[in-house]
Amino acid sequence: MTNLALAATEEEKMERFMEKIEKGIKIEADDWMPEEYRTTLIKLISMHGMSEIMGALPEKEWVPKAPSLHRKLGIMAKVQDEMGHGQLLLRVAEDLLKPYGKTRGDLMQDLFTGKLKFHNVFHAETRTWGDAGLIGWLVDGAAIITQTDMLNASYGPYARALHRICAEEVFHAQHGEAIIMALAEGTDEQRAMIQDALNRWWNSLLVFFGPAAKETLGTSKQDVTIKYKIRTKTNEQLRQDFFTKYVPRILSLGLELPDKTMHYNEEKEVWVYQEPDWSELKAVARNEGARSQARLNLRRTSYQTNAWVRDALAATIS
Amino acid sequence: MSNAENVLSPEYKEALKTLLFQLADDDFLLSFRGSEWLGLAPHIEEDVASSSISQDTMGHAAMYYKLLEDLGEGNADALAHARPAEERKNSVLAERVNGEGYYLETPEYDWAYAVVRNFFYAQAKKVKIDSLRTSSYQPLAETAVKVSMELYYHLMHWKLWFTQLLSSTDEAKRRMNNAIELVMKDFGDIFSYGNAKDAIEKEGLIAKEEELKANWTERMKPVFESLGMEVPAIPAASEKNGRNGEHTEDLTEALTTLSEVYRLDPAAAW
Ligand SMILES: [Fe+2]
Ligand SMILES: [Fe+2]
Repeated sequence: MTNLALAATEEEKMERFMEKIEKGIKIEADDWMPEEYRTTLIKLISMHGMSEIMGALPEKEWVPKAPSLHRKLGIMAKVQDEMGHGQLLLRVAEDLLKPYGKTRGDLMQDLFTGKLKFHNVFHAETRTWGDAGLIGWLVDGAAIITQTDMLNASYGPYARALHRICAEEVFHAQHGEAIIMALAEGTDEQRAMIQDALNRWWNSLLVFFGPAAKETLGTSKQDVTIKYKIRTKTNEQLRQDFFTKYVPRILSLGLELPDKTMHYNEEKEVWVYQEPDWSELKAVARNEGARSQARLNLRRTSYQTNAWVRDALAATIS
Repeated sequence: MSNAENVLSPEYKEALKTLLFQLADDDFLLSFRGSEWLGLAPHIEEDVASSSISQDTMGHAAMYYKLLEDLGEGNADALAHARPAEERKNSVLAERVNGEGYYLETPEYDWAYAVVRNFFYAQAKKVKIDSLRTSSYQPLAETAVKVSMELYYHLMHWKLWFTQLLSSTDEAKRRMNNAIELVMKDFGDIFSYGNAKDAIEKEGLIAKEEELKANWTERMKPVFESLGMEVPAIPAASEKNGRNGEHTEDLTEALTTLSEVYRLDPAAAW
């Protein structure tokens, strides 16, 4: 009897929940939510948060080396912002994790064991200052496209965090574009630097949006996130948006598209491009990208080296 | 004293430039060391906070280099990136590595050293900046006012870390005391003007070395007393005086890294 009654209420809760989603009423941290919604959000937001933090590392490699006082200041500020985004997002994730009794420390451990992933673009190596510019310009540019799609996410705390993040991301893309413009207007060597960076990052940029269909890799979260109105567009739509925004800009800088077959099909109104090499995504999912282990190791070592500081802080608080 | 560049006496200008190089190089190198810490601080909140301090500090260095540029010393970026180690006038403390390992590999940086170095340095900088507010060189006095506002927060930040860690676990105390010893070994040239001592002190650009040292000790007293400790004595001199271009290998390595891209083509716009 009691079991039946309970089941009914769960069903009612679910119904009310979906009603809110349909009406565009925001879900808040303490509201009831189905398990699937919570776990989807945790996965999405903790991956996003950790990607901000791990994403600071490839650019950080160029902070001390930035070629002028102005650039040193700019890239320092940018990387600081990324850490700030990570902080903001991990707090949102922490609230969602509460029912499971998990904390930020657990997320860190999940990162170290490979259970928690970070975005494919941050597993790649950086070779020149051109990469520092390209990351700001196109990697942040790609992130802006996926993140603005979620500005109206049904989960209130995430949507609000994204509003703050996207506002700063616009500055990041400008910062990256300014570096790229300076190089594009510079010497032959400087121009070669950005063409080379573009060639090396192209595959990762395309992969970043995820496979168009489930069949490509056997899994995809895009259906669930769309069902719960966390996002609105499919992976392919977002990738097309990226092309529409950046292909003309790439060409106007006098750069060549790494994909020689790429063109716009006027009739179908789509960009036709060469399918990226998806094995990259499988490799980074196992943390087997070019710099996956090195960056994880850096994060792990600093976490261990600083353990005494966290202990000391905990001791003064209690 | 007039500020128009063309009426400064050659002696005055020489002393002024030397002082500006000392101030600029100090902040530039320390900020560089701070930037190596990016992403590696004990927690994310601290990463954001100390990165903001490093940016401010780099901003201060840029202001001093700009003053030098205005005095005809050449482009500020060249001053920051192209001068060899023997021409650098920063204190040895500012150039010291953060700990074991290169920042691009897997460094094991010492947070206790970071806290002590930054706190002692920020207090020294505060003492200097307070004096520079009445500098005979007006553009420098104006810069000091701008620096002063940000420096207030830096000092608060490092002081909090310093007192927290020294009133916590035994391990934290042990590490902090080791760091104090290390930092004080390099503290002999912090308030030194090097060979330009007499020239700088007589022009009313900034207070005398001895006065700054006394002020530093005075300001540190309440902090140390609250911890039941004594303010360490500032050494009369260090093995190397950075103000005279005497430096360690750490500086050579730092300059190689921080100018790597710049040196690819110093004439290019980046
Ligand atoms: Fe970000
Ligand atoms: Fe960004």
